[in-house]
Amino acid sequence: MKRLATVVLFFVVSVLSCGAETAVPQNRIDQLVFAKQSETGFPPSELCSDAIFIRRVYLDVIGTLPTSKEVREFLASKIPDKRRLLIDYVLERDEFADYWALKWCDLLRVKSEFPSNLWPNAVQTYQYWILNALRQNMPYDQFVRALLTTSGSNFRDPPVNFYRPFQERTPRNILDTTALVFMGVRLGNSGWSEEQMLGMDAFFAKVAYKKTDEWKEEVVYSDPDKQMLNPATKELVVPVPLGGKPIKLGADDDPRAAFADWLTSPENPWFSKAIVNRIWFWLMGRGIINEADDIRPDNPPWSPELLAYLEKELVEGKYDLKHIYRLILNSSTYQLSSIPTPQNSADQAGFSHYRVRRLDAEVLIDAICQITGTGEEYSSAIPEPFTFIPASQRTILLADGSIKSPFLEMFGRPGRDTSLESDRNNGVSVFQTLHILNSSHIQKKIMKGPGLRKLLTLSPTPRERVNLLYLVILSRTPTQEEQKIALDYIASADQVDNGSYDLAWALINTSEFSLKH
Amino acid sequence: MDSSLFQYPVSRRRVLQLGMFSAAGLMLSDWFTLKASAAVNPLAKAKSVIQVWLWGGPCHLDTFDPKPDAGYDYCGKFDKPIETNVKGIRICQMLPRLGQMADKYSLLRGMTHGNNAHEVASYMVMTGTKPVDGVVNPSVGAVVSFKKGYGAGYNGLVPPYVALTKPQGRFSEAGFLGSKYQPFSTGGDPAKIPFAVEGVVAEGITDARQQSRRTLLGNLDTFARSMEGNPLISQMDKNKQDAYSLILGEAKKTFDLSKESEELKTAYGKTTFGQSCLQARKLVEAGVPFVTINAPGWDTHKKHFEVMAQKLPELDRGLSTLLQDLSDRGLLDSTIVWCGGEFGRTPKIDWDAPWSGGRGHYGKAFSHLVAGGGFKGGQVVGVTSSRGEEVIKRPVYPWDLAASIYELMGIDPNGTLPTPDGKTAFFNSLADSKVKVESGGLLREIM
Repeated sequence: MKRLATVVLFFVVSVLSCGAETAVPQNRIDQLVFAKQSETGFPPSELCSDAIFIRRVYLDVIGTLPTSKEVREFLASKIPDKRRLLIDYVLERDEFADYWALKWCDLLRVKSEFPSNLWPNAVQTYQYWILNALRQNMPYDQFVRALLTTSGSNFRDPPVNFYRPFQERTPRNILDTTALVFMGVRLGNSGWSEEQMLGMDAFFAKVAYKKTDEWKEEVVYSDPDKQMLNPATKELVVPVPLGGKPIKLGADDDPRAAFADWLTSPENPWFSKAIVNRIWFWLMGRGIINEADDIRPDNPPWSPELLAYLEKELVEGKYDLKHIYRLILNSSTYQLSSIPTPQNSADQAGFSHYRVRRLDAEVLIDAICQITGTGEEYSSAIPEPFTFIPASQRTILLADGSIKSPFLEMFGRPGRDTSLESDRNNGVSVFQTLHILNSSHIQKKIMKGPGLRKLLTLSPTPRERVNLLYLVILSRTPTQEEQKIALDYIASADQVDNGSYDLAWALINTSEFSLKH
Repeated sequence: MDSSLFQYPVSRRRVLQLGMFSAAGLMLSDWFTLKASAAVNPLAKAKSVIQVWLWGGPCHLDTFDPKPDAGYDYCGKFDKPIETNVKGIRICQMLPRLGQMADKYSLLRGMTHGNNAHEVASYMVMTGTKPVDGVVNPSVGAVVSFKKGYGAGYNGLVPPYVALTKPQGRFSEAGFLGSKYQPFSTGGDPAKIPFAVEGVVAEGITDARQQSRRTLLGNLDTFARSMEGNPLISQMDKNKQDAYSLILGEAKKTFDLSKESEELKTAYGKTTFGQSCLQARKLVEAGVPFVTINAPGWDTHKKHFEVMAQKLPELDRGLSTLLQDLSDRGLLDSTIVWCGGEFGRTPKIDWDAPWSGGRGHYGKAFSHLVAGGGFKGGQVVGVTSSRGEEVIKRPVYPWDLAASIYELMGIDPNGTLPTPDGKTAFFNSLADSKVKVESGGLLREIM
């Protein structure tokens, strides 16, 4: 009996020493989520450990693997609210803008060639504008207004490129993208009548384009003389916002401005909802309305109260997107372990444990490059103008969706063809496994890159090597059992270095490495 | 519907006499033919396609549609076309080996789409669709991979859609089907031994070390064990097992060119292109339904004739040996060989600097070659004007060609595929009544 008690005690201590804690509500999100979960009968898992948390928050928020130094410092810190401080820190890192610019470039279909055909100069300036807007934390309503209402040159007034990535530049095609990106509505699923769509089309009826003397320069502007006729009645179509009254405009008024007024007003039922739901999806792996870009009456939110709360916070917070990130990241809901409990393992839709998912293609290759001290070589197929990308530049900063690599293709980087979230495929395949297991591309990085060689030089003893490789690759220290397996392997290898490289290779090939968890 | 009643409701000759016809008007006849034959597919003979993609747009005048009477400004130094072994068919003098086997292939001299931009033209020719907004269509290879790959009867370890050695690069081949249907790009160089196929053949790692690494990895996948039952983790575990069957098993041999005879390798040409042709044959032999050889270098704006003097003999060797080799092994009847690029090149040569004898992009008229898999040999489809500037008889649009290939592969070109938003879409412009395209009709005369 006494022995059993000792065993139980040891088990409890070892679990606690991993940092597992019962989740308690930290903020309003948790109150709403936990209330809903007790309704559905799936109680939350425990909180994740600090080591898991730092890796998770880095990968989710800045698309970047933490360094061994960052992991050590965070784990060693005794500050009680260090998670909150870490969240504030990552939200201020440059990579925050880098990573979210990547997502926005996906949604806005930023690529030089087919079917966007933006051309390299415009791609560069457009991506740079998006990046800067995020760096300066431009309020979201202003960001969208700039995209919708700017006139000018595709090279000099970057947001005008919003109106360019179409094969056929019709008001309907512009509406289609606008509704999808900013309202989360798929036109084909929307249930909007043809009359409603025509009223919305009319906001884009005066969008016009003209060439200049510069090669591939194009000016986007509002042409007062352009009109749109109802194809059935041949009558002039006037702009009517969805569910609203026709808008009277003067002959020289740009209807796009009226559209932006309507879209970004606090009363608009789609605008705030679409973006807070998207951010929730980006961080949690599933939308409150799911899929995140399929908002329609017959696709109800998992918790309408939660969605309404986030919308209210966005409006009251003056469209500061980081405020929404911060609220979600500080919640216990976000910080739950990915390991399900027997009570919640059947939960598919309810956020009772963190959803494991594969790293984005760009984030994965950046992580491997960071560990191995290597870079990637990218080049554009368009010879003039020549696009130079230094090997030291991270892949998350790659502006042009037309610049590809077999790795990025294989790991489901979006074609930037549709503006749908599902354009990115974070599924797994045998070829991905093969590539990381055995391709010369990855082998060379591990065996020949300066990163691991330096690490092995700096830590001469096998034990130090094992610990450091775990920190660098998996952002945690090894368990005793893992350490023993690793040390035995190194001891039995024909050369200590070969054994160490094999260990690094094995850790990079674990599912723990390629997944967010 | 009793399909036999509708097998060939309109005489092919009549359609041909009418020449070019639009989808909106006379399409109905072809539509019936298409609908009816698709149901039974009496023509489906092909099991695989080898697409030899001449990236950049090879000049039709200097390959399969010579115009010796057009004069020096059009022919340059290639003004003595050779007679082939089929009476009346002449091809460029730089292709003597292909000239000896014109009975094995047919030439499509009526290829046209009118677009002069690489990316749009590549898209049209590789997908068989006209660009429309809101949808990016899959390439013919991706469609074949969907219809004939995993889950559709193919169980090979080598992926069903292989690109030698790099992806196409100007658009996403998988289109709306998503990255699962991307081609597997081998990387590496088949002209080197070993051919280091990315992921399959790693240089310098012995099988013994592979094994010990595998054991180590198995022992250290702690996280996966804590997540037992998670479908994503189970899938990744299964993928690891499958990956090792490729690395350590039989499939690796499909990429092993070292066992091929020296004579054959030399016949193919010991270049990346030549050995890619050989590799393509081995892949088809192993049952892979679609192989694309992405052969770059045909975008000859400058010094066209100097470049062609290098490239044509390489093409001649590789392609002719491929056709002969497939034929010798009894594979040509079940393998479509499809060779061409995204467009032709301007018939009139630009002799001035900086082009120094160059040719620009030309989408109005160009040539493709098709052979095997149910395509007849020794035929010419389409005629261009005396200087090769326009198609004057029997145009062949990219969708006509793609739909013909689909039919021979037993794929209904009128069918649909699932899109990411949960709907379906057509994958050939002839099938989609919402897309207005001109059409010359399917290649019935050679099927």
